[in-house]
Amino acid sequence: MRDGLLDWFRLIGGKTINAVWRIGSGTRFLFLILLYSGLSFRRFGLTMRKIFFSGVLSTIIIVVSGLFVGMVLALQGYETLQVYGSEEKLGVLVALSLLRELGPVVSGLLFASRAGSAITAEIGLMKATEQLSAMDIMAVNPIGRVVAPHFWGGVISMPILATIFSAMGIFGAYLVGVVLIGVDVGAFWSQMQAAVDFRYDIVNSLIKSLVFGIAITAIATYEGFDAAPTAEGVSGATARTVVTSSLAILALDLVLTGFMLRGWN
Amino acid sequence: MERKAVDLWVGMFVVAGFIALMMLALKVGNFGAYSPKDVYVVTAHFDNIGGLKEQAPVRSSGVVVGRVAGVRFDSKKFDAEVTLTMDGQFKFPTDTTAAILTSGILGENYVGLEAGGEEQFLKNGDVVKLTQSAVVLEKIISQFLYSKAQETPTPPKDK
Repeated sequence: MRDGLLDWFRLIGGKTINAVWRIGSGTRFLFLILLYSGLSFRRFGLTMRKIFFSGVLSTIIIVVSGLFVGMVLALQGYETLQVYGSEEKLGVLVALSLLRELGPVVSGLLFASRAGSAITAEIGLMKATEQLSAMDIMAVNPIGRVVAPHFWGGVISMPILATIFSAMGIFGAYLVGVVLIGVDVGAFWSQMQAAVDFRYDIVNSLIKSLVFGIAITAIATYEGFDAAPTAEGVSGATARTVVTSSLAILALDLVLTGFMLRGWN
Repeated sequence: MERKAVDLWVGMFVVAGFIALMMLALKVGNFGAYSPKDVYVVTAHFDNIGGLKEQAPVRSSGVVVGRVAGVRFDSKKFDAEVTLTMDGQFKFPTDTTAAILTSGILGENYVGLEAGGEEQFLKNGDVVKLTQSAVVLEKIISQFLYSKAQETPTPPKDK
């Protein structure tokens, strides 16, 4: 009985120490990426290819889900707003919820599962097939040659994807709210324009998505680079990427929203 | 420099992002639009400002002519001192009335200005002397009930 309890404490302690350890080495890894980033800008073609893989190929899912999220928001928002006879505010509701929250967060979650997992799998498999060690032997730094382009590709793609998501969502809300339900088109746009501030809402939306992009790609590359060089290790790392980066997005969103709504000081 | 298919796709991706941003900036948002360069600052004292906040609009005849720059409590006069940043292209006479109004029933508070007839115009640092406080709903209801209670009840008519 006492041994069982002791084992249990040992397990908890070990897990905690392991988690802190991983946070520490992940931070060191992020600094290494920044340190060896020179190559990904000197040979921008490397980064271009990664933007293609994580950004361009994610566009379809972002466009379609943005459209649908916007349409659902318009339907739900209309149902509630019409009770108070203020369905003209539909544009404001949709635009603010998309720009402030849903745009960056949902596209971040989609990006984590679509591109983050792919990054982890690619780097993990390169490690498992000893391509990274081969680079090391040829005096090519694998972090500079493989990891940093992935990182910068993701960081550049993420704000673009979030912006496309928000724009498509507002377009979807326009389709459902104005074309289908028949909210007045002038009120829809003019109320939206009166309520949405460029610096306060749109720039903050970009900042959020940039931070999420950094977090997702840092976690994805770290998990891939840290994966055990086996088939199981790579699959475990891929799963961990999706879980960890989704949680990181939600936690960071809370912190950033707190700062943005209540000011930075 | 050789051209690759990847470049075309990334180019299209970036252009799509740029178009989306332009749409958000021009069609959806405003550029925080109202920040005139030439401004003058006036203050006004109110007994009660209701729910007036900083950055609330100052309107005259419904047109935005300035912003509320600050709200603070004047501990000498025991009332609220509101600082208004006015657009320099709009001049108001010195006997202008400032009132705290509400847009719609549930809307936000704003400062409404009604121009007077003086020849002199308000300058930077001037004080708007004629003010009208925010309407507090509870006070109106209690006044209404009070006046109702004072009315002499009309005697029921005999048949």
